[in-house]
Amino acid sequence: MGNPQGPDVHSEEFLRSLMRRQLRLSVACAGTFMIALLGLPLANFLFPDLMATRVFGFTLTWLILGVLFFPLVWLIAWLFIQRSIALEDDEVAEVERGKSRRE
Amino acid sequence: MRVDPYILTFSGLTVFATLWLGFWSARKSKTASDFFVAGRSVSVGWNASAISGEYLSAASFMGVAGMVMSSGYDALWYPVCYACGYLFLLLFIAGPLRRFGAYTIPDFAEGRFDSPVFRKIAVVFVLFIGLFYTMPQMKGAGTTLAYIFPGLPYWAGVALVGAVITLNVAIGGMKGITLVQAFQYWLKMFAISVPVFVLMAVHGNYGQQLHLNGKPALAAGAIVSNGGAATNQPTSVASSERKALPAKAPGDTAWLNPFGPLTTKAAKAAGLGPMETRRYSLLYTYSLIVALVCGTAGLPHILVRFYTNPNGVAAKRTTMWVMILIGVFYLFPPVFGVIGRNLLPELYAGVGAKGTDKIVLELPHILNERFGTLGSILSGITCAGAFAAFMSTFSGLMVSMTGALAHDVYGRMINPQSSQAQRLRAFKISAVIVGTIAVILGSQVELLQINFMVGQAFAIAAASYFPLLFMSAWWRGMTMKGAAAGMLGGGLLALTGISLTSFSDLKWLKLDAFWSAHPLARILCEQPALWTVPLAITLMIVVSKLTRGEIPADIRLKMLVLHAPEKLGLKQEYIQEHQGH
Repeated sequence: MGNPQGPDVHSEEFLRSLMRRQLRLSVACAGTFMIALLGLPLANFLFPDLMATRVFGFTLTWLILGVLFFPLVWLIAWLFIQRSIALEDDEVAEVERGKSRRE
Repeated sequence: MRVDPYILTFSGLTVFATLWLGFWSARKSKTASDFFVAGRSVSVGWNASAISGEYLSAASFMGVAGMVMSSGYDALWYPVCYACGYLFLLLFIAGPLRRFGAYTIPDFAEGRFDSPVFRKIAVVFVLFIGLFYTMPQMKGAGTTLAYIFPGLPYWAGVALVGAVITLNVAIGGMKGITLVQAFQYWLKMFAISVPVFVLMAVHGNYGQQLHLNGKPALAAGAIVSNGGAATNQPTSVASSERKALPAKAPGDTAWLNPFGPLTTKAAKAAGLGPMETRRYSLLYTYSLIVALVCGTAGLPHILVRFYTNPNGVAAKRTTMWVMILIGVFYLFPPVFGVIGRNLLPELYAGVGAKGTDKIVLELPHILNERFGTLGSILSGITCAGAFAAFMSTFSGLMVSMTGALAHDVYGRMINPQSSQAQRLRAFKISAVIVGTIAVILGSQVELLQINFMVGQAFAIAAASYFPLLFMSAWWRGMTMKGAAAGMLGGGLLALTGISLTSFSDLKWLKLDAFWSAHPLARILCEQPALWTVPLAITLMIVVSKLTRGEIPADIRLKMLVLHAPEKLGLKQEYIQEHQGH
């Protein structure tokens, strides 16, 4: 990353930055999702009355888990796919730049 | 007892269409390698449908509805986590494995650690988890046949379906062909959604049906659409009433709210107070979530299809579509459970194949009371969907287990010098062996719920495959011994816990007194993922550190292949390097 010439594919530096950037993206997406996934049982535990409020005939917690969770999964998957495609393109561009400079 | 002709016709048509499509396309693509190579050009839409078709098993089609009906809210975690697990597969595992070019877990295990020994260990595990996963499919088959042919014993249905599919696999009719799998997805989607829409139009929508919960049985007249005005449904649904629940059904409050009968069973058996029961129940819920999410992310038979895309971008697009297709599907099964509780509570009194697991099949039949044969036709359609569900998953598992047995166990371990003809015969014999074991196991589990059994298979996968794949892809310090120790340690401990609880539920072991004295032990054995997954990862780290000297020499190149964009073409370099050795 600190290499002004663009990275060498086989360097330690390149591999580290590659894995770090990918893992950071995956962990960020997973983390956001885990807050919802692990937070819902906790909300059920701490605020049972609120979660049992009726919305369109559903209880609030049933509506969240049985219906609204799926769009959330789609949203996070979509964001991840956009970002990771951009990230890969970025990495390829960097390597190409490095190659042409060295030549 | 008579057989409904509509139900028989639709189910029969599905079976024949599936078998015929299988043979027709098997003739066009001759070998397994044809499948992989030609498959690389499968379009995103077809491939996404095919993956979803393979993914939605009897557990999704029948089990989720049955469990929502019997256990209420807590059962909703299953469909949600089946879909979420796919997200985790996408985030952490799919990309690296695709770039690495390993088709199966044994391939990955061997390639990542350069170890044929580890491959053998992985193969044994594939067989093992596969058998666990066939049991619920067999229960689905037995339940469906017992419904179509009233009076047919459960085990006979299991044996019949097992025999047909085994024969089909043995003579090569099923090779996980895209066309068949895609067809089955759309059949399942059609079969689960159309009856739901008709039932909701007649008996009131999802929210209205849920709202009936807590109301007295057979409440006369229209239901009050309290807060449901926005749904724009006619409120004059005269039949929006519910039947009286039998004594075996869980009470309304326990069923509707979190921490219901599913997660509080152990604490209730121990006679704990309400606050403590809730705390144990929360623990159970978390362990269930970990098992289902990590288990899905570690499911081997899903991974193969990531390679049937032309490139990494198409693979990611496919995954997005898979998530949409399975997410939409999972909205429907719980509706069957909710309506079933109101309109067909008789099933609570049934056991085994006559219990709530058959709600999806039987519920549309109630429409016959008002619309003549409409109910029979819709019930026939859901039966057809059920056939598609257990046939696709069972065939897929049969192919992968038979392949592992014939190719790895026979071809590599028992008789490495075997001829082509010997291997072909070994494949057929293996199919019969695997099929027989599956039928024997399947006929023993009538009393266990379909969905529960799948959850157990996932708990084992969560403690073995998931740590293996996750750690191998992201940590370069991993050694073969570390990986094997973690996978075996986690997997076998999860298996032990699960076997103890299942055997005691089937009354083979008398542990009831112990469980009621130790509710925490019961929960951690029934849902072991909460401790086995971290344990497996810890074992991997500790043993890998101890055997640090055995990290593969070309680890940097391996990690590069796992993570560098495919466009850089490092895979080619890696293959050349490896052939040079």
